[in-house]
Amino acid sequence: MKSLAELKAIRDRMKGQVDVREENSDATRIVVGMATCGIAAGARPVLSAFSTAVQERALENVAVVQTGCVGLCQYEPIVEVYKANGEKTTYVKVKPEMVDEIIDQHIIKGNVVTKYTIETSKLV
Amino acid sequence: MYRSHVLVCGGTGCTSSGSAKIIERLQAEIDANGLHDEVQVVKTGCFGLCALGPIMIVYPEGSFYSMVKEEDIPEIVSEHLLKGRIVSRLLYQETVTDNGIKALNDTAFYKKQSRIALRNCGVINPENIDEYIGTDGYQALGKVLTEMTPDDVIKEILDSGLRGRGGGGFPTGRKWQLAKDLVKGGQKYVACNADEGDPGAFMDRSVLEGDPHVVLEAMAIAGYAIGASQGYIYVRAEYPIAIARLEIAIKQAREYGLLGKNIFDSGFDFDIDLRLGAGAFVCGEETALMTSIEGNRGEPRPRPPFPAEKGLFGKPTVLNNVETYANIPRIILNGADWFKSIGTEKSKGTKVFALGGKINNTGLVEVPMGTTLRTVIEEIGGGIPNGKKFKAAQTGGPSGGCIPMEHYDIEIDYDNLIAIGSMMGSGGLIVMDEDSCMVDIAKFFLEFTVDESCGKCTPCRIGTKRLYELLDKITKGKGTLEDIDKMEKLCYYIKENSLCGLGQTAPNPVLSTLKFFRDEYIAHVVDKKCPAGVCKDLLSFSIEKDKCIGCGMCAKQCPANAITKTDYVAPGKKLPALEIDTAKCVKCGACIEKCKFGAIVKK
Repeated sequence: MKSLAELKAIRDRMKGQVDVREENSDATRIVVGMATCGIAAGARPVLSAFSTAVQERALENVAVVQTGCVGLCQYEPIVEVYKANGEKTTYVKVKPEMVDEIIDQHIIKGNVVTKYTIETSKLV
Repeated sequence: MYRSHVLVCGGTGCTSSGSAKIIERLQAEIDANGLHDEVQVVKTGCFGLCALGPIMIVYPEGSFYSMVKEEDIPEIVSEHLLKGRIVSRLLYQETVTDNGIKALNDTAFYKKQSRIALRNCGVINPENIDEYIGTDGYQALGKVLTEMTPDDVIKEILDSGLRGRGGGGFPTGRKWQLAKDLVKGGQKYVACNADEGDPGAFMDRSVLEGDPHVVLEAMAIAGYAIGASQGYIYVRAEYPIAIARLEIAIKQAREYGLLGKNIFDSGFDFDIDLRLGAGAFVCGEETALMTSIEGNRGEPRPRPPFPAEKGLFGKPTVLNNVETYANIPRIILNGADWFKSIGTEKSKGTKVFALGGKINNTGLVEVPMGTTLRTVIEEIGGGIPNGKKFKAAQTGGPSGGCIPMEHYDIEIDYDNLIAIGSMMGSGGLIVMDEDSCMVDIAKFFLEFTVDESCGKCTPCRIGTKRLYELLDKITKGKGTLEDIDKMEKLCYYIKENSLCGLGQTAPNPVLSTLKFFRDEYIAHVVDKKCPAGVCKDLLSFSIEKDKCIGCGMCAKQCPANAITKTDYVAPGKKLPALEIDTAKCVKCGACIEKCKFGAIVKK
């Protein structure tokens, strides 16, 4: 290594990963339902995809965590996004392919991806 | 990338309570559950709460599991890591509240701490340089080499007010300035004192084990500031984990070109080698340490000349302690003003203390200078076990003194401690309760210095021995009031005439206990009693016959067969009472522990 740029490149690559170890109560929380129903419906790759996407982008103040059964087992995998202001969005039947779009549109730009949310899925 | 990081403490404390096995089992369970691509196990340095080891933290939730056993691992993996259900029965109970789980940083132990030197300990994997870089590691070195002149660096450190954390408290910037200016040019050296020898002190070990790169980076910065191209870390051979991690760190830094020739293409060369100490306490003294690095017997030499002028191999040398170095990169990155804003008027920044003795949260804490002793012991340390009363705290190890109850609210900094006859020392803080005998404590430390005196100068070699003999005489009930006066005189003689810091400070434990607990010395000498019930020769055990039911449990326990039956049967009891033959009694106290009726008394 001969330049500061090289050092910064390593830092930026590692920062997102080391940031996982920070506790922050006003972070945006991406909560993935990981009960038996969620896992059976394919929640694990979804969880990993979210976690990877957040770290790759080195997003600060975003935590990806698991939770148990949300109660709507037929709509699993379910992902809930809690913003620091208390706003909650529920995405249903999430697939790993949807993750980048949710992160880029919703988490970064603040536009809820309505086509994947529970309302649009016409849950009655 | 991993969605979850499981941090397991690999410091010496948790390693000895079995964390290596836990890591092994954890990895096996993670593999068995097919989670190895999702969950990363990280072996870190010390979290500080050694009393609760082995310690494990699971992120992103930040769940703090304490006293983890190998049997608990399958449950943690299948419940928490797989399904996201935190195993609350294994959590550190301080973090569990009625409203759920509170963050670790909000618990009493961590809330009042402020971590600068220890900021990466328990957070990063010390064996992975990338993780150090990920927390801004080596940015300070980059900044120094590309944007600052050596004088800028020295000015920043001077302005910050950083003082040596090894105990003396000499301004670090001043030391660097002298090493740069006293002799212009030529070969110079940077050395790190990691020969941590005070009984009960383990701050430096934790930094080396938890964040070795911070020391390497800071030494390179010092090298640039004074114009040195070679550094030495003198670390005691009794710290095998620290040595192993330093070796890995040095190798990785060389591979990345952060040590070696032409660092960051700036033309600056710097490399570091390790030197292992063989465990002599005196080698923590700076001149003895340098003599030992040179390959000679570790004995001190007279100062002046000071190391900044004539140090290692006769060349100008900067020698700082591990914790001092651990502060440097932060000061460079955040600026002197930031550092200056923490602490008291004359002592800036934070200090790490190793809490030990009669305290609930045995471990490592880092607090801003000026925190009161009461806060450290009662709030962070969780108070004294079994409802006992605080009697004194010992700081500065064998060179320091004790702080009694009357100074419980003292704001801890360099000058306040010296004013009451103790010293900051490297940061050992041993808490004593009402069951501790202050004469015995003084004797313990003197025994240590007698053992560790190198023998080069007479006041220390013979003086400490005579002092120890006087103390021993007093604890055996054979002392006189004249002995106390003689001891005091001898103390001052040793202080004024010894060659190095070891001898000059060796009488401090005696002087400070004499100052604050003279009545205890007098009780030993005049009344022939040890008020705390520690000194065996001044104790006698007896049985209160009216309380004794004659069960014989004590007699069974007695290793000296000193307990026998009498003819006396107490009113309302069926069997004859027992008695202790004081001539045979070895005062081990085994009988008291067995007696359920409180019939045995120790006086």
